[in-house]
Amino acid sequence: MARKSARDRMSNEINAGAMADIAFLLLIFFLVTTTIMEDRGILVRLPPWSDDEPEIVDLNQRNVLSILVNAQNQMLVRGEPFEVDNLKDRAMEFIMNPNDDPDLAESPSDAVISLKNDRGTQYEAYIEVYNEIMAAYNTLRDEASQRQFGAYYDDLSLEQRRIIRSEIPMIISEAEPTEFGEED
Amino acid sequence: MSRFRKKRGKSSPTIQTASLPDIIFMLLFFFMVVTVLRDTEIIVQVTTPEATELTSLERKSLVHYIYIGRPVERYQHIYGTSPRIQMGDAIRGLGDVAMFVGEHRLRVPENQVPAITTSLRVDQEVTMGIVSDVKTELRKAEQYKVNYSTRPRID
Repeated sequence: MARKSARDRMSNEINAGAMADIAFLLLIFFLVTTTIMEDRGILVRLPPWSDDEPEIVDLNQRNVLSILVNAQNQMLVRGEPFEVDNLKDRAMEFIMNPNDDPDLAESPSDAVISLKNDRGTQYEAYIEVYNEIMAAYNTLRDEASQRQFGAYYDDLSLEQRRIIRSEIPMIISEAEPTEFGEED
Repeated sequence: MSRFRKKRGKSSPTIQTASLPDIIFMLLFFFMVVTVLRDTEIIVQVTTPEATELTSLERKSLVHYIYIGRPVERYQHIYGTSPRIQMGDAIRGLGDVAMFVGEHRLRVPENQVPAITTSLRVDQEVTMGIVSDVKTELRKAEQYKVNYSTRPRID
């Protein structure tokens, strides 16, 4: 009897001291396995596939900025060798055409950037060119939204973004790659 | 003085640890929620190129990955050294792209299907031929939303 009463007195509460240890163990497990890695990148929209040959759309020469990247990762812009560092400024000038140059796009919504690469072009070079074009458009859209709404494009409402997007649409035409270079 | 001394003598010298498990559990739940267990074994070596114009992919359940790169050394005797396509945790061919996309579509509620994104994790050294082929396959599979996975450029 004496013993029983002793046990009653003892086990009125669960010993929670070990709980912390167990939680620690789980915590450390999740700490180790966690990768707070978020995936980031350049988001693009591919055009729908059609088995037919695409219709040849006759575009006014001035509205097209053709960019070619060959298998040696060298770039031609409108047939002339070009450095990738200057591509953003060149694209921005082409799209906006601030001085009404008859060789550059009539208006931002008419501007088409045509991108063609070789099967042997390095992916890094391709992304670099693509990134510069995106940078040009993002800068222009930011400028336009600052002018109209006084805020960055990313902070605009959906409706406001639509207005900016219709003003400066991003038209990038990617041709089928050429097959001169060596693939690995 | 004496009053202070008395009080100190009475109070127990141990720290209260009863709330410690609660704190730890809170941390635990935080990490459990943010954890994404790596579900794919990396067979191909991928170092993504650098870029500045980045968008983050928010909804992990709506993203699937296609890796393109050279097989890592351990697998070179099976898959060779030229760039290969990894989907899920296996090396697959071009013909499997449509099926891989289709599998993901089945797991997602129908109204969210248009938001599914393919993240292309392509090694920077790879040539565009194989990437173009994958893009063509994606277009044929009507999977138009594509992300070229890149690292942020640190200037």
